[in-house]
Amino acid sequence: MLIEARGIEKVYSTGKVSVTALENIDLQIEKGEFLAIMGPSGSGKSTFMNVLGCLDKPTAGSYILDGEDIADKSDNEMAEIRNKYIGFIFQSFNLLPKLTALENVMLPLIYRGTPTRERVARAKEALRAVGLEDRTSHLPSELSGGQQQRTSIARVLAGNPPLILADEPTGNLDSKSGAEVMAIFQRLNSQGHTIILVTHDEDIARHSQRIITFKDGQIVRDRRVDEPLAAGAGAEAEEREQAV
Amino acid sequence: MNILESMKMAWFSIMGNKLRSFLTALGIIFGVGAVIALVSIGQGATMDITNRISSMGTNLITITSFRNSGARLQIDDAAELLERVPSINAAVPSITFSKTIKWNSKTYDASLEGVNESFPEVRNVKVATGRFFEKEEVEDRQRFAVIGNTVVEELFENVNPIGQSLLIDGQAYSVIGILEEKGSSMGRDSDDIVIVPITLAQRLSGSKYVNTIYLQAKSAEYSELAVNHVTAIFTQKFKRENMVRVSSQDELLETINTASQTMSMMLGAIAGISLLVGGIGIMNIMLVSVTERTREIGIRKALGAKSYDILRQFLVESVFLSVSGGIIGILLGAGISKLITYFAGWQTMISGTAILISFSFAMAVGLFFGGYPAYKAAHLDPIVALRHE
Repeated sequence: MLIEARGIEKVYSTGKVSVTALENIDLQIEKGEFLAIMGPSGSGKSTFMNVLGCLDKPTAGSYILDGEDIADKSDNEMAEIRNKYIGFIFQSFNLLPKLTALENVMLPLIYRGTPTRERVARAKEALRAVGLEDRTSHLPSELSGGQQQRTSIARVLAGNPPLILADEPTGNLDSKSGAEVMAIFQRLNSQGHTIILVTHDEDIARHSQRIITFKDGQIVRDRRVDEPLAAGAGAEAEEREQAV
Repeated sequence: MNILESMKMAWFSIMGNKLRSFLTALGIIFGVGAVIALVSIGQGATMDITNRISSMGTNLITITSFRNSGARLQIDDAAELLERVPSINAAVPSITFSKTIKWNSKTYDASLEGVNESFPEVRNVKVATGRFFEKEEVEDRQRFAVIGNTVVEELFENVNPIGQSLLIDGQAYSVIGILEEKGSSMGRDSDDIVIVPITLAQRLSGSKYVNTIYLQAKSAEYSELAVNHVTAIFTQKFKRENMVRVSSQDELLETINTASQTMSMMLGAIAGISLLVGGIGIMNIMLVSVTERTREIGIRKALGAKSYDILRQFLVESVFLSVSGGIIGILLGAGISKLITYFAGWQTMISGTAILISFSFAMAVGLFFGGYPAYKAAHLDPIVALRHE
């Protein structure tokens, strides 16, 4: 069991008004799962992702990540957990604009204290894994959207965390780049990475094995995908559609 | 993350915004530059005055009558003091006045000083060519003159002055010596002088009184004793206190040193305020930088940067700015003092202490004024920071 959430609640209180963003969430995720979280905006899925990503603590309930309870961790310990256990992929890539692709990919390793030589080697290896070995010294602004997202995937791979959290990873990409990114996710999943994907796009969600739907801060549906879409095939199907 | 990484990041950030970094450091540059330049001018002035006082003679004691006191010093007072005060070596009565002197068809308005044979020893003056006059020659009223370099240049172009006759008040004075050059300081030319025996100077100046009596104490330790003794003698003689001023060189040096130390410190303090203003400039820009880079901070935190990683990154950056500003400021200050020496002729002394203090102050300014922005950055909520546009 990689993730065990029990009775998680998140309440934001600003003065007298308090807003319940999450209400009594129970969820278990096994190692190696590929899971999509869906739901309309304001349904609490982003808040839940922040909790899963150890960026935020729940107001009540317990979140156990790989056997460790997050509730009693300090901010710095949470930072360490993020560094070792979690890889983030964002809709807007969130690469540092003044650093090259290689330097961006090395960032998690810098905060882990990895020696320079090993850091460079692992970052290069990660960039090769996403097919960007010839773009190492490019700045993010010199890369296409798809390439930037692949760079941020490489940044995750360099750190090699057990859990990958992707928040609308294809939201800013054209369908071809999106398909490439989904193909990489499926490949990583087949290599044993646990992936949690937030999306509101049913087609994207169907690439995963399990879809959880949020509504008003609660999980309203948890279903298995019998036959996940294969990313490459999906893209080809779409191209055929466009041709017709 | 180690300190080297923080420094690398700070370097990238500073170089990524060269103009702004330079303008930010400018406050520190001017602050440190001003401290260094002003303190070196102050210390140079102190050194100049000290040197000049020291070069007036060794263990010198000066007696002058207070103006308006009515007391007058006489030639015989010098002889009397030499006889009565065992702690002194020599006594030189001195009359100073101006006269027009002539040689061939040239005339020159010179400062004359009438002294006795002990003058070179007591006033620490050396004769470069020729000789000074002897005791007997003073007593015999020999018409001899010893002249300074400026007088030589004014009157005797390409002529050896030794043996030439100067006309003073229509009487011929034979030049027997030329003084060693002393140079000028604070606008007074020490070489513009004609020295004659005091016995003759009395007639030339038309006064039987002398302006000053110089004494030489036997050693530095005797100096205070001699001052007290001489003061007592004059109090007895005039039957009143404070008719003449008796001051030793050491006393004078001490007073001047104290005064100029105070001046140096005040100059330094005023310049230090500009350093403080420079620090506020750094804080201002660092705050802007933290706001601009909120998203970057969020990303770094999401990737596992701890609060002190962020704190250190920003602190290193502000210290980097202030320290490099400090280094440039030191060079600027040193350059300004050199230029002042070169163009204005003022003596300056670049002080190691001032360099050390202003440098550490600049560093402290970076730490202190960078502290708040860095703290602010370190404690940003990663979720809020990531959402920042």
